[in-house]
Amino acid sequence: MNLAEGVQFVSFMLLAGMMLAAALGVVLLENIVHSAFLLGMVFISISGLYILLNAGFVAAAQILIYVGAVNVLILFGIMLVNKQEAFKSMPNAWLGKLTTAGVCAGLFALLSSMVVATPWAISSEIAAGELSVILIGEHFFSDFLLPFELASVLLLMALVGAIVLARREYLPDELTEPTAEVFKLAERPRELAAAGSAKSDRGG
Amino acid sequence: MEQGIDLQSTFVDALMDLGVPLGSAKALWLPLPMFLILVSATVSIFVTVWLERKISAAAQQRIGPEYAGPLGSLQAVADGLKLIIKEDITPAKSDPLLFTLGPAIVVIPVFLSFLIVPFGQNLVITDLGIGIFLWISLSSITPIGLLMSGYSSNNKYSLLGGLRAAAQSISYEIPLALAVLAVVLMSNSLSTIDIVQQQSGYGILGWNVWRQPVGFMIFWIAALAEAERLPFDLPEAEEELVAGYQTEYSGMKFGLFFVGSYVNLVLSALLVAVLYLGGWDFLIPIELISRWTGISESTPWLQVITASLGVMMTLLKAYLLVFLAILLRWTVPRVRIDQLLDLGWKFLLPISLVNLLLTAALKLAFPIAFGG
Repeated sequence: MNLAEGVQFVSFMLLAGMMLAAALGVVLLENIVHSAFLLGMVFISISGLYILLNAGFVAAAQILIYVGAVNVLILFGIMLVNKQEAFKSMPNAWLGKLTTAGVCAGLFALLSSMVVATPWAISSEIAAGELSVILIGEHFFSDFLLPFELASVLLLMALVGAIVLARREYLPDELTEPTAEVFKLAERPRELAAAGSAKSDRGG
Repeated sequence: MEQGIDLQSTFVDALMDLGVPLGSAKALWLPLPMFLILVSATVSIFVTVWLERKISAAAQQRIGPEYAGPLGSLQAVADGLKLIIKEDITPAKSDPLLFTLGPAIVVIPVFLSFLIVPFGQNLVITDLGIGIFLWISLSSITPIGLLMSGYSSNNKYSLLGGLRAAAQSISYEIPLALAVLAVVLMSNSLSTIDIVQQQSGYGILGWNVWRQPVGFMIFWIAALAEAERLPFDLPEAEEELVAGYQTEYSGMKFGLFFVGSYVNLVLSALLVAVLYLGGWDFLIPIELISRWTGISESTPWLQVITASLGVMMTLLKAYLLVFLAILLRWTVPRVRIDQLLDLGWKFLLPISLVNLLLTAALKLAFPIAFGG
């Protein structure tokens, strides 16, 4: 084992260990915000594994999309809807937990046996490396055109849906009926701020 | 350029003469350029802080720092020392781990991005194939650190400031990436070296700023917003949010936010210089000068002069842009949060999409001028 292989081995072990530990933390930690931050660490470790596989573009895209967009969105969701709620203890809760554990263990066994049993066609070619951007682009506009376009249609639908939800004009009928208070917004009622504080709008 | 000066091979050869094996010699070389860039990025903070204080003072007809060092140039060092000596307070009800991690996560991606900033033909740590895309993806990590420090402070102003910072960073990343994409379209490569080389050959006339004037403006506005410079420093708007996500921080953790913001400003300026102002290119192409004077380009002393000229040109362009950013600070009032988001989503985003479309069309129509 020369120096480069040693570095690669140690980095792989570090990244894999970091990823597994962070993933366990996502599931097991009590605080949901900690789980969300650890999820970002899982994504970063995966991107490190991509770098070890000579897929620099995929690694950067992984960070941009999963850490920069998905994870931030999850954090936004958690922080804007940070509702403290004490859950009532349910009778026979152990039954649900046991079923969940059984289903998870079964799924894990199924997937790992599939991974071991499948004869993977591992290519012996050298990884595309720097040329991968061009190769990915060619695939997007030839044999992967349909999935690529369908994914953009899906994103467009999500975008339109978000706009519809965010606009106040499309509220359900029962909420838009005129109420006694004129200034009440048709949304979750909130406490009014004290009237003494003048709005400072100086800017600069 | 084959017979040029190659510091790496000289260094490796010198070590191998001393009996060090090839692999170890190369491994010993590796940290040197990284350390050099780290030091220069750190020094750039002091320079930028000094410039900021002096130019701000000039804009307000004051003198500015004067006693610490000649012309007050050591004022930033004094400030840094003060921050190190100050007590490091962690609020009682805060989340101590996240509170400490937050500033580090804000600073690390900024320093990592210096991997791809070229100061000359071969004066770059790595010429990655994904080059500029690495910077875009690394800068998308910063909002996580901001959210982390905002949340862990356990303070409503901090939380709001962190959320604002993340929202701002996400909204301006899209026009930024689209502006970069238009440049990448013209140079057929994501590598920063290739982007500069595509602009070289015609001196100042070949720079991308003439072919991408709209992209240049979009990139500069979005970069200022990403670096949270005025007029876009809403996350720390004093009147509304005390100091945003920095409210509860003191000592060097507070200093790290400042380090991050100043290094980010210098980095953005360097990348504007690389993407739009021809990077290390001189106003007149070097080949033309060497042809006029009849000196071969591979002459060692000319190569040394060319390389130092390249570094100087890159820094000159970058600091010109930093100067512009500081002047903007004292001329443009801060925008409101709704104006900021309006500008980002309703103005910059459509304009940058149109710019991208026009660039693609022009590239097909005039492949000679727009990199066929």
